[in-house]
Amino acid sequence: MSDATHAEHHHTSLDVDNRKLGMWLLIASECMLFGSLIVTYMIYRGQSVTGPQPAEVLDIPVTTVSTFVLLMSSFSIVLALAGIQRGDIAAFRRWILITALGGLTFLGFQAFEFTEFVHKGLGLTTNVFGGSFFMLTGTHGTHVAVGVIWLLSLYFSSLRGRLVEDGPLKVDTMALYWHFVDVIWIVIFTVVYLFVYV
Amino acid sequence: MTEAALSPGYAKSGLWSWLTTVDHKRIGILYGVTALLFAVVAGIEAMLIRTQLIVPDNDFLGADTFNALFTMHGTTMIFMFVMPINAAFFNFIVPLQIGARDVAFPRLNALSYWIFLFGGLLFHSAFLHGVVAWPRVGWFGYANLTSSQFTPGVATDYWIISLQLLGLASLIASINFIATILNMRAPGMTPMRMPLFTWTTLITNFLLLLALPVITVALFQVLFDRHFGTHFFDPNAGGSVILWQHLFWVFGHPEVYILILPPMGMVSDVIPTFSRKPLFGYPAMVYASSAIAFLGFGVWAHHMFTVGLGPMANAIFSAVTMLIAIPTGVKIFNWISTAWGGSLRMTTAMLFAMGFIAEFTIGGLSGIMHASPPIDYQQQDSYFVVAHFHYVLVGGAVFGIMAGIYYWFPKITGRLLNETLGKTQFWLMVVGVNLTFFPQHFLGVDGMPRRIYTYPAGFNFETWNFWSTMGAYITAAAMLVFVYNVLTSLRSGAVAGPDPWDARTLEWAIASPPPEYNFATLPQVQARDDFWYRKHEAKTFQPEPEHAHVELPNPTFWPFMVAVGITLMGAGFIYGYWLSPLGLLVLFPSIWGWSFAKFEG
Repeated sequence: MSDATHAEHHHTSLDVDNRKLGMWLLIASECMLFGSLIVTYMIYRGQSVTGPQPAEVLDIPVTTVSTFVLLMSSFSIVLALAGIQRGDIAAFRRWILITALGGLTFLGFQAFEFTEFVHKGLGLTTNVFGGSFFMLTGTHGTHVAVGVIWLLSLYFSSLRGRLVEDGPLKVDTMALYWHFVDVIWIVIFTVVYLFVYV
Repeated sequence: MTEAALSPGYAKSGLWSWLTTVDHKRIGILYGVTALLFAVVAGIEAMLIRTQLIVPDNDFLGADTFNALFTMHGTTMIFMFVMPINAAFFNFIVPLQIGARDVAFPRLNALSYWIFLFGGLLFHSAFLHGVVAWPRVGWFGYANLTSSQFTPGVATDYWIISLQLLGLASLIASINFIATILNMRAPGMTPMRMPLFTWTTLITNFLLLLALPVITVALFQVLFDRHFGTHFFDPNAGGSVILWQHLFWVFGHPEVYILILPPMGMVSDVIPTFSRKPLFGYPAMVYASSAIAFLGFGVWAHHMFTVGLGPMANAIFSAVTMLIAIPTGVKIFNWISTAWGGSLRMTTAMLFAMGFIAEFTIGGLSGIMHASPPIDYQQQDSYFVVAHFHYVLVGGAVFGIMAGIYYWFPKITGRLLNETLGKTQFWLMVVGVNLTFFPQHFLGVDGMPRRIYTYPAGFNFETWNFWSTMGAYITAAAMLVFVYNVLTSLRSGAVAGPDPWDARTLEWAIASPPPEYNFATLPQVQARDDFWYRKHEAKTFQPEPEHAHVELPNPTFWPFMVAVGITLMGAGFIYGYWLSPLGLLVLFPSIWGWSFAKFEG
């Protein structure tokens, strides 16, 4: 493909790559998805006719730790992006792995939390708190898991030398997604965990 | 005429070329043909429904069959006919109107179509089983009728899973079309130069993008209730059946604008062409369409006036609903003003556009009536509401789509539809549709409820039900004329040439049907209605060169396989859970293959 056709092919009206624009649009849609789940959770607050209730099972200090780790992974992916943008592939690989590790840590905490809840008698079907809690946090956890797979595939792509031409763009798009998954967790952490005190 | 547009080794015809195509025009044709086939099925269902109601105490269909038929009719007409036929025009026409060579994400485009097709087929596979397996909860699926207590078996699962798949298809398509319209415009195609159909496509896809996730969540909740024992819609456990209504209508009301805005865009392109005038009040049309979409998210509870949300909530939702009459009125007056004083050519497309204005206005006026809660209390769940939304969706959406089909058929196929048959079809439809639905206003006011499979004699329902059914048969005759017209015109219609209507927008500047690469040289847009401007005002129009070499994306089979995987995962909830992991086994390698296949030529 000659340079001329290549330039024409990648010209866009808004000077932003289609993939990145598509990610912004996906995020808009995801806001409505999580919004609906959060509204459901809020409507069912205090509506369960049997226990356990949120205050009996939620372990806020533990979840604060995993929240901190997840938020820090937003920082590390920025460093990974900065690395690939200045061509420092070693820094990129280091920080992308640390980001994936942050995501995995969060998922580990979530698995531990879910197991604890089941031991304390809160399952998916126990009451409307259980149903709306597990569906909301489970949907978020699924997003983190997809993100971890994506991060690792970027890492392995770079090992195979595939992230040369549009690597910064691919990492930038992924970082957008990752930041969204973190931001939405701030809302969930507030609404589900901190609101226990309200 | 095209030379080596695709990399060598890829077939250009035959079944395999259709299964692997990423060409927006071919995907548009697939969408259109599939949607019309589903419309035939849903149309037959409508005929059966009307036949059952032709006389009192009829036993032509049983109650269960009747419930299934109105559920299948509504769901199919909305999700498998009007939405995908609109998507057919988004696909075929919009990239041409903005001067693009393809959509932003050609492979996602193919994925959307295959998920839509498989979702529709999965839904209709219920017909392979007895009536007990046919969905019969209405297109709105109110909780807790959808619980396993009240609809045991798989019937409701067909409805849930199919809607989930169809929603996913539309969601993917919405990202694709917004990105295409925002980002793939030809140089000079500023937003306020875009044809109005492109504008309503953009707005509709924003509605899809933001409304579909809400129904996705609601459908997951009811799915979890049925399969995993959660209590989202179980009042005994503190669940709320009203929550379903809220979530459904937060999606469902934008959905009606998703259905009607594209046909509004179609007639906004048809009327200027056949009036030989620019669209009157173009910026007002753009703002009115946007305002309708914006307000459309704030009126969902007008479907719930009788639920008992309280006078304050009812008053607010009533006021916002009535506000929508303002931008809608702006559009109606602008269409009339466009035609006013123009040199009119009453082609079939123009007739349908004019019919659209008249019929849609009738539906709009009855809509304003039940925007008022006290009046709605009288009309809720009566045939008056059936009359209202059929005026909007048949008199409105279907007339607009027919205008679009008669207008763009020559661009898509290279041949004109027969005008005599078209006008016959139009007048049959005018008589049939009004005879079917206008008497339903009277039936509703006289107290006939919706969704009943029969009615006793002596309530004054006999006469108008009889005429309503006669109207339905006349509409069916109109549709037979349409099918005959399409089939004969495909073979022997007059050859259209690039610009049979002396039209205004860019799609008419290229050959009919367009070459694979659309534009040999990308247009440099200088004006609104650029093609008209270059033809008749600047007189700078040059026909496209016969030969061009343009790099196009390679065909790929992976979108088809990804759609198969996703469909199998869903089908597991109907045909046995073992199918879901099998779907994952298909899905993962397909995504892998998709990610690493060489795509760009």
